[in-house]
Amino acid sequence: MAKYLLLKHYRGAPAAVNDVPMDRWTPEEIAAHVRYMDDFAARLEETGEYVDSQALSPEGVFVRYDGEGRPPVTDGPFAETKDLIAGWMVIDVDSHERAVELAGELSAAPGAGGRPIHEWLELRPFLGAAPTVTE
Amino acid sequence: MDGTLLRSLTPGVIGILVRRGADFAAAEDAVQDALVEAVRVWPDDPPRDPKGWLVTVAWRRFLDAARADTTRRRREDLVDGEPEPGPVSGVDDTLWLYFLCAHPSLTPSSAVALTLRAVGGLTTRQIARAYLVPEATMAQRISRAKRTVAGARFDRPGDVATVLRVLYLVFNEGYSGDVDLAAEAIRLTRGLAAAVDHPEVSGLLALMLLHHARRTARTDADGALVPLAEQVRGRWDTALIAEGVGILQGALARDRLGEFQAQAAVAALHADAPTAEETDWVQIVEWYDELVRLTDSPVVRLNRAVAVGEADGPRAGLAALAELDDSLPRHTAVAAYLRERDGDLAEAARLYAEAARRATDLAERDHLTRCAARINTRLRG
Repeated sequence: MAKYLLLKHYRGAPAAVNDVPMDRWTPEEIAAHVRYMDDFAARLEETGEYVDSQALSPEGVFVRYDGEGRPPVTDGPFAETKDLIAGWMVIDVDSHERAVELAGELSAAPGAGGRPIHEWLELRPFLGAAPTVTE
Repeated sequence: MDGTLLRSLTPGVIGILVRRGADFAAAEDAVQDALVEAVRVWPDDPPRDPKGWLVTVAWRRFLDAARADTTRRRREDLVDGEPEPGPVSGVDDTLWLYFLCAHPSLTPSSAVALTLRAVGGLTTRQIARAYLVPEATMAQRISRAKRTVAGARFDRPGDVATVLRVLYLVFNEGYSGDVDLAAEAIRLTRGLAAAVDHPEVSGLLALMLLHHARRTARTDADGALVPLAEQVRGRWDTALIAEGVGILQGALARDRLGEFQAQAAVAALHADAPTAEETDWVQIVEWYDELVRLTDSPVVRLNRAVAVGEADGPRAGLAALAELDDSLPRHTAVAAYLRERDGDLAEAARLYAEAARRATDLAERDHLTRCAARINTRLRG
């Protein structure tokens, strides 16, 4: 089993196919979207592939060590391209293929008009000790 | 074996040991040993005075540990000067423990953790789960808190207001898994109310009961927030409401108003309305005026603006809102709501979307996004 981090972006990822901001959806479309995400997580819990997930606030800053005293804080060194992460999910799966499959499924969550959002999700494997025993 | 009995006796026993000169951590260890002993012995040989039994055993354990300690001589001197364990007094020592755990030198989150541990008798694991942090992290936080209060000595009772604030923090944490912190806070506040005669303690207890009574109506089947006006009032717990109102009336009759009583009065007026339309907003505004006088808190002024909007119309609400700093949490959400009621839908939708971006809570953010979506749908249709 290997752990993967699925990152959902506010900004920084290529635009989704069905790219309509959520407050332009109908309340029913939002409800359907939330239900899809919940069902997705519940199903992964059943297969034992779910680890954790959290939503993140769009408020974030860059911090750097700058010698003694308080470290400087800025809104971001490259404000116009600043990447914003909206949330993450950690999954624990058998293979990279399975991780890609699940990310694809999550990206198909319904959005405006009930059609899939087709958003880009970032998929990053966790670094860890390589397994020494092959079964 | 009655676990509830043991848990309710624990804080009093720790309090007695600390009062006799044991330091906090040593007292707690000794009481834990005594509890284990109780679980072993009591089923076959139940004591006549369970608390006295625990005190005797715990004190003996503490002495054993103290004697084995490197500071043996100092501690024995200390013990030597103390009177023999006599009959055990009731609530006084537990009360003392409440004040110790709400010591002003502790940060609010440490005070909360220590209170749950020492007064509430929860395990470190339970507290860690309730706060969604690893057990080791919570264990560290609690030992740091214990070290902070280790040297604390009280010659007079501490500040009741600080204890109440800690209990209210516990209440507002909600619940996760096997520990319901709201229910735990109510239990602890009941304990405090039994031990100390203060109208604000009753005020806080009433406030908690009135909020708690509405809990099941506050979210729908999908887990989404349901605002007060849209809640199914039949789902409110009328027994809790009746109890809360009764306690509040007793407190108000004593004519020593404080902020918790005033907040409970607002909650009681909401609980009293058969439908949202029948809410007595004029009286609610009056209570908010009292609250502004008592606390002068910007959050209270914000809530007051909402109440004014209901009592005197959205324009009056917006005027009250205009006097407040717009960086206040929820300021934008309130502005959106008042704009919507005033019929300015485009601006309301824009403000709801902005408020959603600023929200610090996921359920709140989803709720505000839905509000924006609802209005945008109307504007298109």
